[in-house]
Amino acid sequence: MSGFALRRVGQAVAVLLGVTLLVFVLEHLTPGSLAHAILGPRATPAAVAAFNAANGLNHPLPVQYLTFLWRLLHGNLGYSYRLNRSVGPLLAGELPNDLILVGLGFAVALVIALPLGLAQATRRNRPVDHVASAVTLTLYSMPSYWLALLLIAGLSVGAHLLPPEAGQSAGTAGILQDPRGLVLPVLTLTLVNVGWFSRYVRSAAIDTLAQEYVRLARAKGLPERLVLGRHVLRNSLLTVVTLLGLSVPLLLTSGLVVEYVFNVPGVGLTYWTAATNADYPVELGVTVLAGTATVLGSALADLAYAALDPRVRTR
Amino acid sequence: MSGALRHDLLRHRLGVTGLALVALLIAFCVLGPIIHPTDQVHTNVELTNLAPSAGHPLGTDADGYDVLGRLMVGGRATLEIALAVAALATLLGALWGAVAGLAGGALDALMMRIVDTFLALPAVFVLIYLATIVQPTVPLLIGVIALFSWLGPARLIRGETLSLRTREYVEAARAMGAGRWRTIVRHVLPNTLGVLVVNATFQVADAIILLATLAFLGFGLAPPAATWGGMLYQGTSYLLDGYWWEVYPAGVLLMVTVIAFNLVGGALRDVLDGDAAAGGRGGRVRRARTAAGPPAPAPSAASPARSATSR
Repeated sequence: MSGFALRRVGQAVAVLLGVTLLVFVLEHLTPGSLAHAILGPRATPAAVAAFNAANGLNHPLPVQYLTFLWRLLHGNLGYSYRLNRSVGPLLAGELPNDLILVGLGFAVALVIALPLGLAQATRRNRPVDHVASAVTLTLYSMPSYWLALLLIAGLSVGAHLLPPEAGQSAGTAGILQDPRGLVLPVLTLTLVNVGWFSRYVRSAAIDTLAQEYVRLARAKGLPERLVLGRHVLRNSLLTVVTLLGLSVPLLLTSGLVVEYVFNVPGVGLTYWTAATNADYPVELGVTVLAGTATVLGSALADLAYAALDPRVRTR
Repeated sequence: MSGALRHDLLRHRLGVTGLALVALLIAFCVLGPIIHPTDQVHTNVELTNLAPSAGHPLGTDADGYDVLGRLMVGGRATLEIALAVAALATLLGALWGAVAGLAGGALDALMMRIVDTFLALPAVFVLIYLATIVQPTVPLLIGVIALFSWLGPARLIRGETLSLRTREYVEAARAMGAGRWRTIVRHVLPNTLGVLVVNATFQVADAIILLATLAFLGFGLAPPAATWGGMLYQGTSYLLDGYWWEVYPAGVLLMVTVIAFNLVGGALRDVLDGDAAAGGRGGRVRRARTAAGPPAPAPSAASPARSATSR
């Protein structure tokens, strides 16, 4: 186990370094010089030189990369000249909203998708399965914003049941101040997630049902209820661990779209606003954060999986 | 037995339905503008937001463009980009995966860490960032979306290669002095063709969603170029005004197209798998991975990762 864990952590570190390198490259793709962007197009050469020296921009690129890495290691995500704020604290203030939104969307989806996928697997190719498959394929094929628009049109503009916008209260976890405003964003995320979670759970459960230990359990006369509860369900929980790790990029992306559509104050909306204002430091800060979350998510899932399923470690 | 047969037929029927839908969509986008020619370049303030009528079967949008005609033109751009992305990404990914799988060792590890690095960055974020630096054009979008789409095929084909390289005929080819390239091009890749085709079909669907997401967030092709996502982006402003024709047709078309490609991909996989009962999209792909060995099997490698970045 420790060998496996060590190897997996090593991989994660290598990938994280790759992510920072990629973001560093992205940073240097920005047009014009940073000095002119900050000081204005009519800055004197002396002012530009002073700015470059002060910000380490006159060093060779490898040195700049190491400085950038050193900065990141200290939790410094850069400085937004447009907002006149440090990117780190800016995003940290908004992260609770994202965690609530995305966490709820993930949890509710799991509560729906796990039983649904299992039920489909045990009733494979019966009408129930076909209907459920049709629904989940449709959800799976729907871009999240299209789903969001349909929900707004139906439940908000049409039926006047729910507000089309999330709560706008400032402060930590401000969206909780207005729970009604949270319903549509969370519903959108839930449905998007159910679309592919349940398909995943279904196919994993079908594989489990074909395993020898399930056949043995049935052969020794164990009631079907116990076969499913004790053997199939427990092993399907492994897929939940997998989903947790795999879905980070999906959650981040659908989070961005949902925050944009429902005007949820969060990292995703901040990213979108930054992109429309060419606020590169914020964009790159969010990108580093997103990459780190993805790497950590998949590494943790792999480690948890290995801890739960010894067959994985022996490879 | 008859149940399995019926299921086979049903699967097939779904595939046939998907294929028919794709054919219809292509006809709509390619032949449509010939039957229903419209000006999708010049705006016309006298024609803004008109309700559907005989002259404009689906009305006009805020710029005075005919919506039906715009759906055709936008659909064509969408399909062209998505097909090009799938082709490019599959080619690059297959070569990358085959080389890595056959090489093994340090080169394999390095190549796969590069794949992991790209996978770690959610494509939408990077694409938006790039769109703030340069105005997207069709070739640029194809290249950049492909840059984030070859990762799935690369992992898939690496896994396949790992299991293929121990087969007798590959070993025989190498024993007879076939070089690495010849082994890859003549023996490994042809045997992964089925997996590749299935994956490419799903990639078209994913590319369509990714492309539309970018446009919907306002980072798509510049006007007057039309895309379905861009039409949704513009039409959303009129959701409260009851101009349904500016929102729903584009959204429905987008959804139907993605469903159609997913149906075709699913049916292809079932048929090539010879096991219609393989279940969701997991089937063969996941099995190929678990059979393939390192690194950790199911978690980071199962097929849903492929589409996890695109929504």
